[in-house]
Amino acid sequence: MADTAVHAATDHGHDDHGTHHTTTGLSNNKLAMWLFLGSECLLFGGLISTYMLYRGRHSENLGPDQLWDIPFTSASSFVLLMSSLTMVLAVTAAKRRDDRNTSLWLTVTAMLGALFVAGQIYEFTVFYREGLGFTTSLFSSSFYTLTGFHGVHVTVGVIMLLSVVGILMKRRTGEDKSELVEMVGLYWHFVDIVWILIFTLVYLIPA
Amino acid sequence: MALIERPATRDGGLVPAVVTPSSSYGVFRRPVETKGWKSWLFTIDHKKLGIMYGVTAIFFFFLGGFEALLIRAQLATNEGTILSADKYNQMFTMHATTMVFLFVMPMAAAFANYFVPLQIGARDVAFPRINAFGFWCFLFGAIFINTSWFLGGAADGGWFMYAPNSSVPFSPTSGIDFWTLGLQITGIASLTGAINLIVTVINMRAPGMSLMKMPIFTWMILIVQFLLLFAIPVITVALFLLMFQRNFDATFFSVEAGADPLLWQHLFWIFGHPEVYILILPSFGIVSEVLPVFSKKPLFGYPLVVFSGAAIGFVGWGVWAHHMFASGLGPISVAVFSVATMAIAIPTGVKIVNWIMTMWGGKLVFTTAMLFAIGLIVQFTIGGLSGVTHAVAPSDTQQTDTYYIVAHFHYVLFGGAVLGIFSGLYYWWPKMFGKLLNETLGKWNFWLMIIGMNLTFGPMHIIGLQGQPRRMYQTTDARAGEGFFNLNFWNLVASIGSLILGIGAFLFVINVFYSHRKNGPAPLDPWDARSLEWMTASPPKEHNFDAIPTVHHLDEFFHRKYEDRGEGEHHEYHQVATAEDVLAEQEANADKHIHLPSPSYWPIVLAFGLPVMAYGVIYNIWLIVVGGAIVMAAMYGWGLEPATATPDDYDPPTPEGGAELEVAHG
Ligand code: HEM
Repeated sequence: MADTAVHAATDHGHDDHGTHHTTTGLSNNKLAMWLFLGSECLLFGGLISTYMLYRGRHSENLGPDQLWDIPFTSASSFVLLMSSLTMVLAVTAAKRRDDRNTSLWLTVTAMLGALFVAGQIYEFTVFYREGLGFTTSLFSSSFYTLTGFHGVHVTVGVIMLLSVVGILMKRRTGEDKSELVEMVGLYWHFVDIVWILIFTLVYLIPA
Repeated sequence: MALIERPATRDGGLVPAVVTPSSSYGVFRRPVETKGWKSWLFTIDHKKLGIMYGVTAIFFFFLGGFEALLIRAQLATNEGTILSADKYNQMFTMHATTMVFLFVMPMAAAFANYFVPLQIGARDVAFPRINAFGFWCFLFGAIFINTSWFLGGAADGGWFMYAPNSSVPFSPTSGIDFWTLGLQITGIASLTGAINLIVTVINMRAPGMSLMKMPIFTWMILIVQFLLLFAIPVITVALFLLMFQRNFDATFFSVEAGADPLLWQHLFWIFGHPEVYILILPSFGIVSEVLPVFSKKPLFGYPLVVFSGAAIGFVGWGVWAHHMFASGLGPISVAVFSVATMAIAIPTGVKIVNWIMTMWGGKLVFTTAMLFAIGLIVQFTIGGLSGVTHAVAPSDTQQTDTYYIVAHFHYVLFGGAVLGIFSGLYYWWPKMFGKLLNETLGKWNFWLMIIGMNLTFGPMHIIGLQGQPRRMYQTTDARAGEGFFNLNFWNLVASIGSLILGIGAFLFVINVFYSHRKNGPAPLDPWDARSLEWMTASPPKEHNFDAIPTVHHLDEFFHRKYEDRGEGEHHEYHQVATAEDVLAEQEANADKHIHLPSPSYWPIVLAFGLPVMAYGVIYNIWLIVVGGAIVMAAMYGWGLEPATATPDDYDPPTPEGGAELEVAHG
């Protein structure tokens, strides 16, 4: 009969939506972010495959060899990489509950991200001036689609970073915000890693 | 409802605190109603959302069925004139799109939403507001796709929309644009739903419920959500490429521009083949719940059923190219995919054996739910066997694009997914609505559907092997053939069958209305069931469980009702408690504080912005801006709103409101 006794669980109600007592101990929010990023891998997988399939399909004088400005893109890649570093600093500050430094580093991260996006827009304009429109060739369409998608991801990241800064400034409850910062951090690092992949496959490996 | 305090009544139940809705519904006072239409529109309760998913999905089942009947009416006679060639193309495309994306998938979402939290002993899903958002994405996306009928014609490229047929020169109306953008929106529903349910299952199980004590339906749903998680982004890419092709003049699929037409096929089927397991596994889960209950035996080989489900999920990723045997992949690819496809028959066969062994020696009770479950085993097996015949590539090249294929996938989709869904409806109806469905009507419902489906899809094997192509809008007497294999005859049989099938399915709706008028409240545990969802009131209270149960067994509820008095390997179960006893005990030990997240405006507002943007892509760029603004505003509203209502959302303000509540995330 032991099993038929209903075990008087006193306060499990608290577990339901909280982040504290989940079955696995992982926070719901972070788990969700990991899952989402897992899904994003396939999204970029599809886009990168499309690009790899089509990267050779362009006219004689408008291919990667004529267009790429490796020093410039390396510089902007470096900027994005550094933003991962500042993101780490933001997360550690958030864990210390040091709101001031968290905001500071989040802002710096957002600035670096914005700088990268600006660089990308500049790069696109240069290519466009040289004659590479979105529909010029299969190569151009798939290039702009892939890097465009990545650019949108960075932009969304910048918006998220600034929103977190906004939330921190309001500081309504003074509660622990480190999880929020960590989540945005996960996203940010992911976007960064994807760029490393794109930079290698698209820019560095000769077609 | 924000907070349920426990002023314990004499019989120990919980009385919900009286909540007066706020008098002003300004943007910044959130909805707190528990009754009336607002309580549905802004709900985040997984049970309400489950019902909303279900009602919408069944509506689309009948819409898709109506389209199918038009198809069969057209083909009933030679040179049919009911549909023009153009309308016929739209009809089979939308029939399939509706059935797959707007019926079976959301119907699985309905069951998953309603029953997964109950089966794992949770009070809601992990992210209730995202859950609501998913539903509205599905509904708005579905409506969006179907508005194309009135705006120049629906999509007409077939449900897999092969390139280059899907390009503007071949399909100049906006139909395919509606299809592309609409599926993008319903895809958001699937993706957010997948994340939500995975987190729920992984993180919110009742104490003691290890993964291997989880009800089998929850297991199958978990596997399906992983498939969705990884399949949806692939179709997202494909749909984006198609949108760029059609609306922004890219040439991803234009052969004349040097594109590779197989790109679309690969992307589509890398999504599409996991998709067919996404369609079937929930029904496998339902049947694995129903068969043990009505055989009065535990599920035979529970771990095997779990692992074969997972195996199907894995191998399902490695077989997509069997849809492309006829496209010139090259002999090596064809051989590899052929073998992989045959391999997937093994875990599927394992499941069928397990189900039969579950029934073997059991005290079978032939309720309608049980009949549908047995129906699934039989009909799905037929479909599985014809499936193996086209895993053999040389034989498939004869069958591809004929009615033989149509026969095959209807045996697995209708005979598998749909029969499983009906089994679940009959089985869980008393739990969801507190009323049993009428069994006599149910049996008519079942038998007419079975007879109808075999008359409809059975002859299609013959028609197909005789060479009638699928997607052909007219049949001609000149090619009908003679004697037993006369195509006219079998086409007519199939069309009559589809009518019987339609009547059979409609009996379900009649049954619902009839039973709700005639039947009194259902008993608490009408089937002597085994899993946790039956350990609640029918329909369950808003907070599901008064006390979260601690789980010791697979089939926990059964073990609370029955005691094993056997020795060693010999089991002898004696009933020691009724469902009422178990529930009463739970109520007596009810939790003191139960926190539920509060309703919200933002999910529906956010979802509403998406079709506005989609119309913008087709008609006017400014609409994209408007839609985008709605989306942004809703996101900020959402982000700034706490998951539970604060005191001043109530009128008069509640002393505690949601202030002391846990922060719910969503
Ligand atoms: C209500 C009973 C149903 C009937 C009478 C029916 C009938 C048909 C017929 C005759 C076709 C072939 C059209 C053609 O190739 O010319 C067809 C195609 C199709 N049906 Fe059904 N069907 C039914 C239910 C379903 C269900 C429940 C599903 C899926 C869950 C489904 C999925 C499909 C798909 C994917 C196609 C292929 C469309 C294409 O070629 O693009 N059908 N159906």
